[in-house]
Amino acid sequence: MSEIKHEWPLYEVFVRAKRGLNHVHVGSLRAADPEMALHHARDLYTRRNEGVSIWVVQSDDIVASGPDDKDAFFGPSGDKAYRHPTYYAIPDSVPHI
Amino acid sequence: MSEQVFEATIAKDQRIEPRDWMPDGYRKTMIRQIAQHAHSEIIGMQPEGAWITRAPSLRRKAILLAKVQDEAGHGLYLYSAAETLGADRGDLTRRLIEGRQKYSSIFNYPTLTFADVGVIGWLVDGAAICNQVPLCRSSFGPYARAMIRICKEESFHQRQGYELLMTMMRGTPAQREMVQDAVNRWWWPSLMMFGPPDGESPNTAQSMAWKIKRHTNDELRQRFVDMSVPQAEALGVTLPDADLRWNAEREHYDFGEIDWSELKRVISGDGPMNAERIANRRRADEEGAWVREAAAAHAAKKQEVPA
Repeated sequence: MSEIKHEWPLYEVFVRAKRGLNHVHVGSLRAADPEMALHHARDLYTRRNEGVSIWVVQSDDIVASGPDDKDAFFGPSGDKAYRHPTYYAIPDSVPHI
Repeated sequence: MSEQVFEATIAKDQRIEPRDWMPDGYRKTMIRQIAQHAHSEIIGMQPEGAWITRAPSLRRKAILLAKVQDEAGHGLYLYSAAETLGADRGDLTRRLIEGRQKYSSIFNYPTLTFADVGVIGWLVDGAAICNQVPLCRSSFGPYARAMIRICKEESFHQRQGYELLMTMMRGTPAQREMVQDAVNRWWWPSLMMFGPPDGESPNTAQSMAWKIKRHTNDELRQRFVDMSVPQAEALGVTLPDADLRWNAEREHYDFGEIDWSELKRVISGDGPMNAERIANRRRADEEGAWVREAAAAHAAKKQEVPA
């Protein structure tokens, strides 16, 4: 009986813990369709008031940078210290800055 | 190059994430360990699930339902972690059903009375907590994160069990006897949950080097014994070990020799409940197949026809 070739697709689950916070990735689950994914996410990831809102998205639809892209992606910001406030020397005598 | 990054990440005590390069052995070990853990949670629903319809009050029934639902949830968190390594959930279930992957030997013992529900919470989940708390710092990110979630919920499991036993110990002599009998049956199998002694655990050294494991089997077993003795005293039960006594020099409890032949027997399939546990899991899989297929067919149909 377990000859079915295609498993249900994989969905990634994101939960907003409370108002004012971003949705955060909490894990994945299998579901036949998005609606079922949402219901399963509720049962699986919010059994103890862990959230007030859930997003589900099919894992295949996520576009992600890979570990090999790390230098190309994040290297360039390494030498731009002038983007940080501490780069600028201001005398202590100047208030509120 | 990649191997250097992997080694450096481990050395710095940082986490390995799914798309990072990792040695084949690390990936295989992780998949095996996570799958085995997931299977244990799923099979672990059965011993206590057997008591849901016979729980003595609505309160106990609600607690037990919540607990067994948690076990299902823990299994699913773990399958989710295994899938990040390229394992396939359906394939893992087939491996379990066909006996090609294992689950914790503890679930091959029967739950004869309602006191067993309490003792499983206290001792079995207590031992699981000892094992799992260090795994929250395991080097593989998705596994460590799943363990953090699981550990938060396990604490409820242990406390409900202990409270159940305290309630029974305040009851009739027959109820107290029932608790003692359950303790007698579960104590040794609980000690076996930590696995073979360090000298006979071939994978421990590599797992420690990869920081998958943080403590050896014997270290964790000792920690569990030390925790459990005062809890048994507070409860008023006797742990069934004549050699159990405080060793002031070691500052630990000494305990008797474990019957390792029993563990080997149960792991290799010859425990009291092995056949039944797997038969139930197989039946659930087979009898649920049409539901999964129907849901998939319905989803496909909805996609074809624009609403």
